Amino acid sequence: MAAEASCDVLVLGAGNAALCAALTAREAGASVIVLEAAPRAMRGGNSRHTRNMRTMHDAPLDVLTGAYPEEEYWQDLLKVTGGQTKEDLARLAIRGTGGHLPWMKSKGVRFQPPLGGTLHLSRTNAFFLGGGKALMNAYFAAAQDAGIEVRYETEVVDLDIREGVFHSATVECAGERSVIRARAVVAAAGGFESNLEWLREAWGPTADNFLIRGTPYNRGRVLRLFMERGAQTLGDPTQGHCVAIDARAPKFDGGIVTRVDAVSLGIVVNAEAKRFYDEGEDFWPKRYAIWGRLVAGQPGQIAYSIIDSKSMGRFMPPVFPPVQARTIADLAKALSLDPQRLGATVAEFNAAVRPGTFDHTIFDDCRTEGLAPAKTHWARAIDTPPYYAYPLRPGITFTYLSVVVDENARVKFGAKHADNVFAAGEIMSGNVLGKGYVAGVGMAIGTTFGRIAGREAARHVRG
Amino acid sequence: MSGAERKSLPELVEEAQRLLSICNACRYCEGYCAVFPALQRRLAFPEQDIHYLANLCHNCGSCHYACQYAPPHEFDLNFPRTLARVREQTYRKYAWPGAFASLYDRNALAVALASAAGIAFMFLLAALVADPARLFQAHSDAQGSFYALIPHGTMVAVFGSVSAFVAVAFAVGFARFWPDMGERLADFVKPATALEALRDAFTLRYLDGGGDGCRYPDEKLSHSRRVYHHLTFYGFLLCFAATSVATVYHYAFGWKAPYPFLSLPVVLGTVGGIGLIAGPLGLMALRRRRDPELAAPEQKGMDEGFLALLVAISVTGLALAFLRETGVMGVLLCLHLGAVLALFLTMPYGKFAHALYRVAALVRFHLERRRPVAFIAPE
Repeated sequence: MAAEASCDVLVLGAGNAALCAALTAREAGASVIVLEAAPRAMRGGNSRHTRNMRTMHDAPLDVLTGAYPEEEYWQDLLKVTGGQTKEDLARLAIRGTGGHLPWMKSKGVRFQPPLGGTLHLSRTNAFFLGGGKALMNAYFAAAQDAGIEVRYETEVVDLDIREGVFHSATVECAGERSVIRARAVVAAAGGFESNLEWLREAWGPTADNFLIRGTPYNRGRVLRLFMERGAQTLGDPTQGHCVAIDARAPKFDGGIVTRVDAVSLGIVVNAEAKRFYDEGEDFWPKRYAIWGRLVAGQPGQIAYSIIDSKSMGRFMPPVFPPVQARTIADLAKALSLDPQRLGATVAEFNAAVRPGTFDHTIFDDCRTEGLAPAKTHWARAIDTPPYYAYPLRPGITFTYLSVVVDENARVKFGAKHADNVFAAGEIMSGNVLGKGYVAGVGMAIGTTFGRIAGREAARHVRG
Repeated sequence: MSGAERKSLPELVEEAQRLLSICNACRYCEGYCAVFPALQRRLAFPEQDIHYLANLCHNCGSCHYACQYAPPHEFDLNFPRTLARVREQTYRKYAWPGAFASLYDRNALAVALASAAGIAFMFLLAALVADPARLFQAHSDAQGSFYALIPHGTMVAVFGSVSAFVAVAFAVGFARFWPDMGERLADFVKPATALEALRDAFTLRYLDGGGDGCRYPDEKLSHSRRVYHHLTFYGFLLCFAATSVATVYHYAFGWKAPYPFLSLPVVLGTVGGIGLIAGPLGLMALRRRRDPELAAPEQKGMDEGFLALLVAISVTGLALAFLRETGVMGVLLCLHLGAVLALFLTMPYGKFAHALYRVAALVRFHLERRRPVAFIAPE
């Protein structure tokens, strides 16, 4: 066993929540060590792929327009989670966002108006200039200036937590194990979405067809260790932020560019060339988070978004070129679908389309009649070649299975909350998100609970 | 990844198209500069648009450090380096005459310095052949100093013809580049857009990285490149102004050089010359500290050749101003004229060309900004 180290507050993980905790604890005078499993170039967990934080405000604030009061924010969250949320913690996360922007700016984070194609978020979401990696770069630079030690390529392999009291962590770096003692610990090491075995445990063999949108380093080791040491958990291991993404995306780390925004403009069929859900139910930014699970429920966990040339250029350009053909039969062949069945599905859809005035920016009157499932908006016949298709697969962003925390971010062991064990970010996101997702709420949870965890950990060690 | 291997233009275009498709789907960087809003107006990237976007890029590095797809990510997205490589190809592709461009391209630093030395040597030789004693003799200002060695008429003839050549070379380059962008000449000179473009160029707006400075030479935010570029550029303008004022003195008032130390041409030239030493030296030092991941090695000679000539011109020019009444004036004058002529001759093929294509790209950016986007992204 190599040399031991010690500090006041040990932070497990190095994403947004972890750095918020580390910086806050350091501000309060605690000595801090941050452990990052990834190498420096890939540091920052899933936060490196993020781009904004859903932010409460009662009047125009910085880059945010209008007002987004607590109650509206809460109602949005309530709707997507279907009530599977703890109201006190959710409201705490929401209220916290109201005060984050000045603090974040003091750490070097910069904001910008919403990006092209995201104007619908200009009121609710504060965008980071340069995105999440730029945000994390600012936090890491601030951490360095503040004298916080960040250890890269250092994985937590064991935790000495007895009866809800943390004593030390055993870590491994370049094959060498060592022990770090600390007076408090903050677990902010993400979910388990990159642990394919664990995903299979939760989902069964269908998980083999999932793509992981984020970092390959969120293997859930810290979450597992916490469970083994008696931390209370909540949440369904199959629940998470799961989006339909381009099936040609890399297995890990494809991030934002793998999205396909063509769904609401055309039809989506499964491997049997059959439609399975209303593509025009709601605006795509409000629906992208349910389509991951929808595709996961289809045979082979694959689906195809099909549009015709009328819709080309009316959505954010995807990174992969579409599969293209002059006829529906040729498109089917290119997708290895049954040409007759796809032809029948398209013909049936086209016949059901009622005349209307197409307008993709509102709930228009273009819909189908007598078709199951219906397409309730933006339904236009697929009849103008060339035809285009994007293959879709479920893309897991992060998992919600969580340790239970209280309003001070203290982890619950058995019947009581620990005094020196805190959690922030994905690893406790399930307290707020039982299911569903709304853009930018992950960063809201991480920032609020990261700052709370840092504050409380420092309070515990400094008295 | 060495990044040292040279790539052909078609290879670079293909690589740029791959990167731009990723950027267009991501869009996280659109707050940094003009390149991202410009690329987001497009769904496809033909070669001429890649030249345009590459020349709009100031190589500040902000996007690279913010990029979630930068190496070691498997997408291996290196935006600044790829566009820098394209720019180098732009200068070559549109340069006139093309044969000179490829000559300069091979080893720009050596070519620049060899031209300066060669031309200086020719002046020295000519002066020696004419009258060896006069070359090393001290001439007082009253004796006409410089012109005692090289007659005014000779200088005018040599610099006049070289300047005319440079002007034609740039005009031809522009006349090839601008229509390739699909733009009309009349649009280039529209006052509103031209003024916006010039303001961006004169303030180096896109070296501010969105306000806090750019990430050059490394990840830390810094204004140093902007400051050194300003010293270089405004130093150059002051030196140019010095020459222009002197020309007016000569022809309009019949006042012959050399001029007193506190005269307008000498003050302008001295201040400009100091900027033109500090600026290029600073840029060269920053360049050498540049994060190797972002640098385009094939640009090294071009950049350093240009900077070295600027320093050589300023050092010899300042020395000339202050030692003009001593015996070293003759040699200094030949060295100075050699460096100036070498700069002029290599201008159309070297780093100086970036000024032409950068301003053209900025004008196009401001023209496009006023046009509706050809496709609709849903909101």
